[in-house]
Amino acid sequence: MSDQTQAGESPEKTSSPAPSRRALLGWGGAGLALGAVAAGGAVAAVRTENDAVPAADSGAAVPFHGAHQAGIATAVQDRLHFAAFDVTTKDRAELIALLKEWTRAAERMTAGHAVGDGAYGGLAEAPPDDTGEALGLKPSRLTLTIGFGPSLFAKGRFGLEDKRPEALVDLPKFPGDNLDAARSGGDLCVQACADDPQVAVHAIRNLARIGMGRTAIRWSQLGFGKTSSTTPDAQTPRNMMGFKDGTRNISGTDTAALDKHVWVGPKDDAGWMTGGSYLVARRIRMHIETWDRAPLQEQEDVFGRDKGEGAPVGKAKERDEPFLKAMLPTAHVRLAHPDSNGGATILRRGYSFTDGTDGLGRLDAGLFFLAYQRDVRKAFIPLQRRLAAHDALNEYIQHVGSAHFAVPPGVRDKGDWWGRALFS
Amino acid sequence: MRAVRFSVVTAAATVAALTAVTGCAQKSDGKGDGALQVVAKDDSCEVSKKKLPAGHIELAVQNKGSKVTEVYVLFPDDRIVAERENIGPGTKATITAEIKAGSYEVACKPGMKGHGIRQKLEVTGGNAAKRSPEMDKAVADYRTYVQAQADETLPKAKKFTDAVAAGDIEAAKKIYADSRLGWERTEPVAESFGDIDPKVDIREDGLEDGQKWTGWHRLEKALWQDKKLGAEEKALAPVLYKDLLDWQKRVGTADITPTSMANGAKELLDEVATGKVTGEEERYSHTDLIDFKGNVEGAEKSYELLKPIASKNDAALTATLDKRFAELNTLLDKYRKDKSSYEFTSYEKVGKADRKELSDAVNALAEPLSRLAAAVTK
Repeated sequence: MSDQTQAGESPEKTSSPAPSRRALLGWGGAGLALGAVAAGGAVAAVRTENDAVPAADSGAAVPFHGAHQAGIATAVQDRLHFAAFDVTTKDRAELIALLKEWTRAAERMTAGHAVGDGAYGGLAEAPPDDTGEALGLKPSRLTLTIGFGPSLFAKGRFGLEDKRPEALVDLPKFPGDNLDAARSGGDLCVQACADDPQVAVHAIRNLARIGMGRTAIRWSQLGFGKTSSTTPDAQTPRNMMGFKDGTRNISGTDTAALDKHVWVGPKDDAGWMTGGSYLVARRIRMHIETWDRAPLQEQEDVFGRDKGEGAPVGKAKERDEPFLKAMLPTAHVRLAHPDSNGGATILRRGYSFTDGTDGLGRLDAGLFFLAYQRDVRKAFIPLQRRLAAHDALNEYIQHVGSAHFAVPPGVRDKGDWWGRALFS
Repeated sequence: MRAVRFSVVTAAATVAALTAVTGCAQKSDGKGDGALQVVAKDDSCEVSKKKLPAGHIELAVQNKGSKVTEVYVLFPDDRIVAERENIGPGTKATITAEIKAGSYEVACKPGMKGHGIRQKLEVTGGNAAKRSPEMDKAVADYRTYVQAQADETLPKAKKFTDAVAAGDIEAAKKIYADSRLGWERTEPVAESFGDIDPKVDIREDGLEDGQKWTGWHRLEKALWQDKKLGAEEKALAPVLYKDLLDWQKRVGTADITPTSMANGAKELLDEVATGKVTGEEERYSHTDLIDFKGNVEGAEKSYELLKPIASKNDAALTATLDKRFAELNTLLDKYRKDKSSYEFTSYEKVGKADRKELSDAVNALAEPLSRLAAAVTK
């Protein structure tokens, strides 16, 4: 759809469920939270306490403000652009100013608005505030979720060493890890999820631009084909190995499970993190070609599920309760199951990635694993230790990038900003 | 080398503002209606009127001095409205031009050198293109800088091309990077001469089908990659010098405005971001960091000249730019032992992480620098 047809000049185009960025800009000007009003009632203006409204309409806007950040329990969107940043400034005030600017830009972009004064119509001699590639596109359920890496809390940087949560550990080295420093770590991260890849890329690009001089992108990852679902009634997506992945994920509407396993509670170790979560990001490369040569029986044994239906070994339906002892002791599902890990549960939001080929003609593809939890020491770390030591899947995968972030609680309103509780 | 960004004053480009017609001196007696009498001597430049109506004007010049002179009508920023060179002692010449309302200067240059002896000229009526005196000053000072860079480059270029012509590889290598510095500092202006740039600063991969490769980088490859100077290279050296002479002669006629200065500063950083930080520019000599420094210095010069205007409109921006320039310069200083010299670390010895740090610092400066034009025009 062209800019022109979205510009509000053609009233018959109102059949689209959400207005264009450009139309919103035209009606609202700067600073008006029009997303919900204009979107035909598809979403509520402020998310409820538990962030539990799945935005079913792929064009709609997901409210930015709330007790928790959007993009965690939110129904998983189709596309991802994840970016890790180094903070290049040494000045705490500059970092705070950046976080405030980012918050305001994120408010606008998630509502489907252009950044600042927009992508056109300004001074001819100056570059526009917004880069413009999302003009005419719907909000596409864009969510932007920020996280703070362990390195941000280092002594002598921003005076945050006393605020570093105990739970924000440096991840241990797991057997089999082959981590590339250029794809690991970061002082900050922003996870952009949207149903339109261009909307997600636009968001990261504009935040990176605003950040120049204060932050620099360390690495980033594009993802597609969500590999886990936070909406249990929906069809479970398949990963690059062709298997349904994430059948037993935490539902975005399961308030009790989220409070128990995902959201940091007021009595956990860092008060400023209450309502936040901890994110582990792992770039997991798959040895696609050797996997594709593996016999079907081996593939199914490795996972512990059948390839067609996704049913656990010996069961008929995907969602039938797995009988773990029927699986091989090295089966992925058996090892990863909460019952094998003292109840440890994570909320997965991973995406597949394919970054072309690797120079040897091998598909550079795999899983960009994203997991949210209340405390990695009780969730990801023991789980990954078990998997790294025993998982039959290890023959076909390798962890090549890794990062850990403290994801603060949500931005409450227009006066609030990402990280306020940490810096105040 | 990139697309033309500054436009050069040509008859076509300036039709909107004026039409300068020079020549035909002998045919005029210099006494036509409304003619402005200019009497040029070795130490004076007398103009018969200080005010003229806009439109077609004629300058009747008499050289009563002992030296060959030239006479210019200049905009307040020293851009040329009209000129006539080579007016011999005791001879007359006529300069004609279409001039819009505004402030101008008439300059006589006895000996055809220097700033000249100046007289003010007010042209009234019609539509005037108004500009503030401080903007004119910024442009005039930058024009002086651009010319000085070209003037300082030529002797160095001579040394370089002489060494190449003589087959002295070591001497040529030694002066190579330094001979480029003035060009690099003023690259957006230098590149505005679309015919000169492809002759002097093109890289092999930029050549069009059938285009002969000449200039600095052709000789760079011979010196560092082939490690020999054949007859062809020796013959190309004087060609480079001649092309640079052409640049020196014409650079003063570039059309420079406050916004083109501001965007030119950003473009210099863009040059670094696309060509230097990757090591593409000086792929044989690895002298990229010297070019890098030259680009930054040129950008800083533009910025310093525009800062008085920009800081009034956007003090936060100029504070950021001051900081970012300082940070980038500090970072660059890590790669040279002596801050007064242009001997920088060979770029092949700059590792991946350090290159990223340099790239991040360039982005950190170029991004706010892209807003300078807006701050100047507010």
